[in-house]
Amino acid sequence: MLLECRNVCKNYGKREVLKDVNISLPSGKIVGLLGKNGSGKTTLIKAINGLLSLDKGEILVDGHKIGVDSKKVISYLPERTYLNMHKTVKDIIEYFSDFYEDFDKDKAYKLLSNLKIQAADKLSIMSKGMKEKVQLVLVMSRKAKLYILDEPMGGVDPATRDYILDTILSNFDEGSTILMSTHLISDIERVLDEVIFIDDGKIIKSESADKMRKESGKSIDEVFREEFRC
Amino acid sequence: MRFNNEIPIYLQLFQKLALDIVTGKYLSGEKIPSVRELSNMYKVNPNTVQKALSELEEVKLIYTERTNGKFVTENKKIIKDYLKSLAKEKTIIYINDMKDLGYSLKEIMEMIERNE
Repeated sequence: MLLECRNVCKNYGKREVLKDVNISLPSGKIVGLLGKNGSGKTTLIKAINGLLSLDKGEILVDGHKIGVDSKKVISYLPERTYLNMHKTVKDIIEYFSDFYEDFDKDKAYKLLSNLKIQAADKLSIMSKGMKEKVQLVLVMSRKAKLYILDEPMGGVDPATRDYILDTILSNFDEGSTILMSTHLISDIERVLDEVIFIDDGKIIKSESADKMRKESGKSIDEVFREEFRC
Repeated sequence: MRFNNEIPIYLQLFQKLALDIVTGKYLSGEKIPSVRELSNMYKVNPNTVQKALSELEEVKLIYTERTNGKFVTENKKIIKDYLKSLAKEKTIIYINDMKDLGYSLKEIMEMIERNE
């Protein structure tokens, strides 16, 4: 298994945000981590990326405990950017190239030129959608085993969403797995192999997307809405 | 192509490719695009493409030539039979819909002739 979460628990003070989470993902899948706001998606993603400590349980990535070795094989797109807005795209590419052994500079430039983004431009002058695209290009230009995308399409227009989805798809290969969280289910569900429903810190469902459609006769979006009707 | 999210995607892709074969978009004996190419064409997951192709192989519309890729069957009867089964299916659906509207078979025939 590429990713194993075993009995993962996380509390913020007295509040339990992850309650005995168990996940097991093989290589070669595109997986949707689907849940409402505040369901624990981002907390789980941060835990897998080693950005917070667990109260119980363990996470293994490609057999490694969370640490330097696990981070080497994960390419992570956080919900909020950490990039320096005053840098040019070129500076950032150089930075990534220095930082990550598996960063493919040529690929990054190629993807950017498809987008007609000038390497000399600073991030600060770009629109929100442009910035999202640049970040996605950076993340997908690494040759990682596990790509974790936290809300990769948050707050962008439908055309940009399509572009982002196409980029994710055309850079996906059978040797890696993509785990992405979103609440824009209807936009992305056609590319998903597996879906994981998370609610109130617990995994509610974890199964094949087409199996879910076949059994319910409904879209993943509809199944989700029914399951979590307020 | 727009997919309906309520029906398994692999099934819709299977139906689309089967239609392409029986209507001659891919000819008998012709090589069909690779998984990667189909995934790019239809913007779906390569695993979904794989599943659609194995369904096509199951009904013998395509076959795999080791390392060479996948090809449309050279047996034209299989293609013809599949086309017939599709046509039959559509006819039955149409007749049932018309019966639901209260039409008799005779009236349905008249309707078809008038609107051909």
